[in-house]
Amino acid sequence: MNTAVVDKLKAAFPAGILAAKEFRGETTIEVKKEEIVKVCAFLRDDPSCAFDYLSDLCGADAYTPEKRFEVIYNVQSLSRRERLRLKVFTEESDLHVPSVTSIWPGAEWPEREAFDMFGIIFDGNKDLRRMYMPEEFEYFPLRKDFPLMGIPDSIPLPRK
Amino acid sequence: MGLEHALGDSIITTKIDAAINWCRKNSVWPMPLGISCCGIEMMALVDPRFDVSRFGSEVMRFSPRQCDLLIVAGTTTYKMAKVVRKIYDQMPDPKWVIAMGVCTSTGGMYRTYSVVQGIDQFVPVDVYVAGCPPRPDNLLHAIMMIQEKIARGESRSTPMTVAEERKDRQLVQLTV
Repeated sequence: MNTAVVDKLKAAFPAGILAAKEFRGETTIEVKKEEIVKVCAFLRDDPSCAFDYLSDLCGADAYTPEKRFEVIYNVQSLSRRERLRLKVFTEESDLHVPSVTSIWPGAEWPEREAFDMFGIIFDGNKDLRRMYMPEEFEYFPLRKDFPLMGIPDSIPLPRK
Repeated sequence: MGLEHALGDSIITTKIDAAINWCRKNSVWPMPLGISCCGIEMMALVDPRFDVSRFGSEVMRFSPRQCDLLIVAGTTTYKMAKVVRKIYDQMPDPKWVIAMGVCTSTGGMYRTYSVVQGIDQFVPVDVYVAGCPPRPDNLLHAIMMIQEKIARGESRSTPMTVAEERKDRQLVQLTV
């Protein structure tokens, strides 16, 4: 466990850090949804953290009644050669998650991808459009309740 | 075409058709639509080892307006389907289509929401090539089958009727 960083975060955000656990040497911190932008800003700007690079951001669907969707942030400190994982949970009834594009501008496209595949709405992302699927597509294909072969006739084919 | 208008279906025009088809089949100009890994095998077709120029098809044109054979080489997604159809529509008649590889023919291993399960849903296909990806020899065989089809005067594209062609020419003259 990356205890130094976890302790620092817990001291700075007593209500914002919900859990921290370690699996095979990788630290994962569960963050309260409302606090995620502040936590990320702290992680980037604090000199002893210096997580200056967001290596990936993705969504996931656990298909459970509570905490159905999660957003996973894999951040990296290039100067300190360290990695950290943050998680934010969100419900099916409330799909809004604050965007971290103000902290790492590179989050824009991964957030678009998560929106395209899961329908998670990132408040503050200026260009939240469809990425892989056609603009007029109405469903979110990586959700667990989306059928593998898609919805028939949901994407029109050209006339023969 | 123009000759048939003047002479009708006489012995002269049928013999000319055979001669034209013979010429046509020995210089099929492909439109290479390499949209995934099959495209690499299609490129190998032109190299000295497989040498498709033995069959007169080495002139890969990257403009559909100069081609008469569309080789769809690769996984066709729903988003790409519109582009494939547009390229097909831009090719002049008569035209032929090869669906190269299993993805193009049936969706292949991509049994999923984003991939069209066979391009024959929106484009008439003349020859399907099996394989993932097919070897260049396999594609060569497909081109030979297309040549046989051309020699027989078969085409799955629907050429314009005489009336449509006249109208089209008038429209061209009006717009030019």
